[in-house]
Amino acid sequence: MIVRLLIPVAALTLVATAMAQQPDQARSIALFREAGKVLQSPRCLNCHPVGERPTQTDRMTPHVPFIVRGADGHGPAGLPCNACHHVANYAESGVPGHPKWHLGPASMAWAGKSLGEICQQIKDPARNGGLDMPALLKHMAEDSLVGWAWAPSGKRTPAPGTQAEFGATMRAWADTGAFCPPD
Amino acid sequence: MKLILRINGATRQVEVDGDTPLLWVLREELGLLGTKFGCGAAFCGACTVLMGDVPVRSCSLPVSALGDGVVTTIEGIAGREAMAVQRAWIAGDVPQCGYCQSGQIMGAIALLKANKRPTDRDIDQAMSGNLCRCATYVRIREAIHAAARDLEGPR
Repeated sequence: MIVRLLIPVAALTLVATAMAQQPDQARSIALFREAGKVLQSPRCLNCHPVGERPTQTDRMTPHVPFIVRGADGHGPAGLPCNACHHVANYAESGVPGHPKWHLGPASMAWAGKSLGEICQQIKDPARNGGLDMPALLKHMAEDSLVGWAWAPSGKRTPAPGTQAEFGATMRAWADTGAFCPPD
Repeated sequence: MKLILRINGATRQVEVDGDTPLLWVLREELGLLGTKFGCGAAFCGACTVLMGDVPVRSCSLPVSALGDGVVTTIEGIAGREAMAVQRAWIAGDVPQCGYCQSGQIMGAIALLKANKRPTDRDIDQAMSGNLCRCATYVRIREAIHAAARDLEGPR
């Protein structure tokens, strides 16, 4: 009798353990959707364009003057990004700046993509610049060019929240299995 | 604030607000009037100078950010690329009103330093940030090609 009772209990325990170890897919996706509010803000999308040209302003209009990505995301030969974008935002001219100003790689084009597509790109080292998950999380949470999105100056709307909150959300997403939205 | 600047091969001392655009230090403090004001927002390229070999919009650079940067204005250009561009500009009678031309020339020199034999596309992309209200773009492009050929010739 005892044996007959113990077998179902043991089975339930195994299932519960397995469930505890199973990443929380719904929670992970919800966390990524929250992080997506940052990733899909104009501050990020303007420099993660689809195609060769960045956009600018909250309305994401084509960059003026005409500029293209160039071989390495730093602009074409003879007209690098830092011809105009210097080491810091400059109120006098209204031109934003950062020492590392450049476009995200073409393989990380986000503008016009669904959150699911962006998620798949972000966690794919073949497309994200060779970053494994710890490096990706560090980039999101600590990179100062990413951080520019929260201190853009002028009339540019900052990305939602703070970089620290964004980093924490991305970490929680990773900790829950780094699942991507289906769409 | 007092700043020591390296402009056109000389060391110059100025006393200005560090947030002043380099353009206005060049023009108002140093009397280098060849560099033009166009838009003040890095849209037009009229204020282009070279910092090292990089073309820089001097209206969008606070003078305090120059640091040890070596600045060359239109008054100080020299070297093979500059001379080739000068010859090509004269031969092609490039300027019309001329207002944008110092910026155009600085941009052309920077391009030829970065790309010895630019294509039409290379030129259009590199020079797209230098506006010309007289629309001398075709002559500018031809002159850059001519300067590139000149640079390939006997030395």
